[in-house]
Amino acid sequence: MKRLLPRLLMAPAIGTLFLWMIVPLVMSIYFSVIRYNLMQPDQVGFIGLENFEYFITDPSFMTATMNTLLLVGSVIVITVVFGTLIALLTDDPFPGRNIVRILLISPFFVMPTVNALLWKHMMMNPIYGVLAQVWMFFGFTPVDWLTDWPLWSVILIVSWQWLPFATLIFVTSLQSMDREQLEASRMDGANYLQQLRYLYIPHLGRSFAVVVMIEMIFLLSVFAEIYTTTGGGPGDASTNIAFLIFKQALLNFDAGVASAGALFAVVLANIAGVFLIRMVGKNLDK
Amino acid sequence: MTQLQINLAMKVLRTILSWAVALFLFFPLGWLVLTAFKTELQAIAVPPLLIFTPTLENFTIVQERSDYMLYAQNALITSIASTILGLMLAFPAAYSMAFFKGKHTKDILMWMLSTKMMPAVGALVPIYVIAQTVGLLDTRTALTIVFTLSNLPIMVWMLYSNFKDIPGEILEASRMDGATLWQEFRMVLLPLTMGSLASTGLLCLVFSWNEAFWALNLSAAKSGTLATLIASYSSPEGLFWAKLSAASFMAIAPIVVFGWFSQKQLVQGLTFGAVK
Repeated sequence: MKRLLPRLLMAPAIGTLFLWMIVPLVMSIYFSVIRYNLMQPDQVGFIGLENFEYFITDPSFMTATMNTLLLVGSVIVITVVFGTLIALLTDDPFPGRNIVRILLISPFFVMPTVNALLWKHMMMNPIYGVLAQVWMFFGFTPVDWLTDWPLWSVILIVSWQWLPFATLIFVTSLQSMDREQLEASRMDGANYLQQLRYLYIPHLGRSFAVVVMIEMIFLLSVFAEIYTTTGGGPGDASTNIAFLIFKQALLNFDAGVASAGALFAVVLANIAGVFLIRMVGKNLDK
Repeated sequence: MTQLQINLAMKVLRTILSWAVALFLFFPLGWLVLTAFKTELQAIAVPPLLIFTPTLENFTIVQERSDYMLYAQNALITSIASTILGLMLAFPAAYSMAFFKGKHTKDILMWMLSTKMMPAVGALVPIYVIAQTVGLLDTRTALTIVFTLSNLPIMVWMLYSNFKDIPGEILEASRMDGATLWQEFRMVLLPLTMGSLASTGLLCLVFSWNEAFWALNLSAAKSGTLATLIASYSSPEGLFWAKLSAASFMAIAPIVVFGWFSQKQLVQGLTFGAVK
């Protein structure tokens, strides 16, 4: 009884998650070694690793891999750096701090599709967009963001959405700073930079780990922001792995190649996973 | 200047800077709200209009063109159903992991999280084929199931990290006093974990409401959520920003306001118990 009950309680969650993982995985493996194009239903049969070869030798593949890494890395760096700065800035009480907090967190609740359309049209449109107007006001030529800087535009959009999350975690973490210790360090003549280096940053250590972990999970599979803004283009300039697989599956109707790509994504996710488990294990295992 | 004056100046500077940063980051959202109440011509005016006579015509047109209420209803049903279902699955698992910690508990947790790291697109073709085979394509049931499963790892993690701060002795004491499992759950565990249940539920509600990948790929006219409604405004290049803004405003207002009110709860859960 003592051993059975805990297992019984865990079973539903573990069971469903296991199915959720293993069924698609097995099916993907199966689809990836057969000819499976929805547009050519008469052509079937085992083709070995041909789909993998096609997916990996496709020039889009390297671009998409690099884009994925660049996207995840840049957004994490941007949100952590600016999140820390904003959290430090708003740490001490000041008039209207609660309203400032509400303004800061709002973008996090906005759905990715709205976020993306808002930036695509009203901010980044090269003629009527707000950014174009600002550029013109200062006498510059407006930039066609989504055409000339597609990947960086997506990075900007995604960062805007995730910055509130990082900020909020850091703000919460700073609230538990030892005020007396800060005061004591000031008495001893420590300047702000020294406090930052020896008190604030070490205190934020665990929340850095949390932010990196959660963001990595969500950023590896960024999809809606690309789907609604650039559509992966121009060319493959803003296509990440997730979007490349989507293109193969639903635009080229090639489920076989898409499945091969999906398996690659699983491998990529697991590499990230091992890396994370090491890092998080060290920081959260208290 | 005296030290006091310097401190005051610093404080004023901080206040101004904080407000400036907050307004700057909020600006795109504020702009969206403003545009929703403009006419199409005002929306693309050069230079941009800040002062204008607000109109409600966009909201009427959006409702006529695409049945907003249907999408809102789908979003509400799928997010609430998947949150409840997820809590029902995650609660017992987290309870068991936190209070009957075994050798493999940590491994199981890590494995759960790793399923979340697999990009959803990796499962797209199989899930699509399954949904098609069993006739669940474009149904709220399919979306509910998928939302539940994709949130489940996060839910177990959040609940677990909150539960493990509760001393197990409290539960043991109640058992010593002869409480049944149900009484233990109802009288001891539930009151102690209400906060973490709320924050986990809230977060999943937000995630499901905003979920776009599965909603876009598994649903269409019948079971589409608000994310699909908005995406349908993305294809034509015509200038209809006012209507787009109105539709967006209606799609995000409920969840953003909801988020404002539950902000404290949400953050507490989101930190995975790592940040006090």
